[in-house]
Amino acid sequence: MKLPPSTIILKPGNSEQNETGSWRSLKPVVDSKKCNGCGLCWLYCPEPAITKGKPVVIDYRYCKGCGICANDCPVKAIVMVEEGQK
Amino acid sequence: MKQLVTGDEAAAIAAKLARVKVISAYPITPQTIIVERLAEFVANGELDAEYIKVESEHSALSACLGSAAVGARTFTATSSQGLMLMSEILFVASGMRLPIVMANANRSLSAPLSIWCDQQDSVAVRDCGWIQLYCENNQEVLDSTIQAFRIAEESLLPVMVCFDGYILSHTAEPVEIPEQAEVDKFLPTYKYPYLLDPEKPITMGAVGVPEYYEEFRYMLQEAVLKSKEKIIEVGQAFGRQFGRKSDLIECYRSDDADVILLTMGSLSGSIKEMIDEYRGHGERVGLVKVRAFRPFPAKELVDSLGHAKAVAVLEKDFSPGSTGALFSDLSGAFVNSRESPLLLNFICGLGGRDVSSLQIREATKAAMEAAKTGEVKKTVRWLGLRETMVGLKP
Ligand code: SF4
Ligand code: SF4
Repeated sequence: MKLPPSTIILKPGNSEQNETGSWRSLKPVVDSKKCNGCGLCWLYCPEPAITKGKPVVIDYRYCKGCGICANDCPVKAIVMVEEGQK
Repeated sequence: MKQLVTGDEAAAIAAKLARVKVISAYPITPQTIIVERLAEFVANGELDAEYIKVESEHSALSACLGSAAVGARTFTATSSQGLMLMSEILFVASGMRLPIVMANANRSLSAPLSIWCDQQDSVAVRDCGWIQLYCENNQEVLDSTIQAFRIAEESLLPVMVCFDGYILSHTAEPVEIPEQAEVDKFLPTYKYPYLLDPEKPITMGAVGVPEYYEEFRYMLQEAVLKSKEKIIEVGQAFGRQFGRKSDLIECYRSDDADVILLTMGSLSGSIKEMIDEYRGHGERVGLVKVRAFRPFPAKELVDSLGHAKAVAVLEKDFSPGSTGALFSDLSGAFVNSRESPLLLNFICGLGGRDVSSLQIREATKAAMEAAKTGEVKKTVRWLGLRETMVGLKP
């Protein structure tokens, strides 16, 4: 592979190749009964880790465990648990 | 056509002749006249460009990154504290290989607060990956600014054109202003190879993780080193078209000289006068002027200074705890040569202090003595320093 001289990535969409799930120490768990599908967590999640729906579905390959979703959910449908529990 | 213009006006006229498409700058003494003139050119329709007003130099150069990334010919100007405020973005511009051209009216740095000339500002950012050209007079300000666009665009590197504040920026000299059609011929429109274009998305200024960072830095090093050839080539092409060629360095009566003075910027003019005087008395003294400080013309300097017995480096900057920057680079250039002249360093002209003929004589005399005795009594000296005023205790 030859790098371009500028700090440039010429092929778009390659953030998918970077599975940030391995960074996680806390894991968001959705309570499917409480989730009303408002989509706020999907909007604020910094990774492509949440699929909209009722309930939302979290893709743990990309979820890095930042906890923004749990913090922003208006009905407290997401709790952060220690990785390895449950 | 010859016109009486200041260095600042020469830079502004050059940017206009280059048909810059975007100017983003913040006023700072002694550079302000450049951006004032350009603002006038845009306002009265003489120049078809976007003039982006910003709240700081950091933002000015950031705006320039964006405009260079969409392929617009981009110009900015600054000085001293403004250059310091830009310093973070300076490294981004070179790392992203964006061909921005900037005029820097050399001014000293605070503290103490000073608006007057020395070269500490641009010398302090010599490691930022920009090409740095230093000018002796206002004609060179105009010529080098025009050349800078072609050098930048053909090497994909930003270029800083440095000229001494007040001594050049505010002093009017007759300058040959070329015809627009001639400059158009010299500077055709160019196409940036990695256009920022919403139709074809790419990532610019990506993270360089440890697996890639070093390669990117190496590519920058290679590019700046290679730009030497480009500076020479563009300087020759300019000479063919306009009759005034430029190079990495200029040698003035130095070919057979035993003692050579080395400097950059407007001081070269004063030294040339002194050299003529010395030559009139049969003394073999010469001058070598550094035009390109980055890329550093190490080989060219070794080749043109190697035959001398002593070289006196006069510079308007220093690295506290070390020597002058030009001096340390020059010492490095000689490091593996079998023979080196004796090297002496003279720090002078700081904060706008005039470098007098007396001071130039003092440096020359010390270098002549070194040449004669084969010994350097003191490697670094400060010219014009009033030692009786130096209070070292609180
Ligand atoms: S923890 Fe962070 S990364 Fe994971 S789903 Fe929630 S917001 Fe997204
Ligand atoms: S913010 Fe809470 S309620 Fe809204 S979709 Fe996300 S988990 Fe469901």
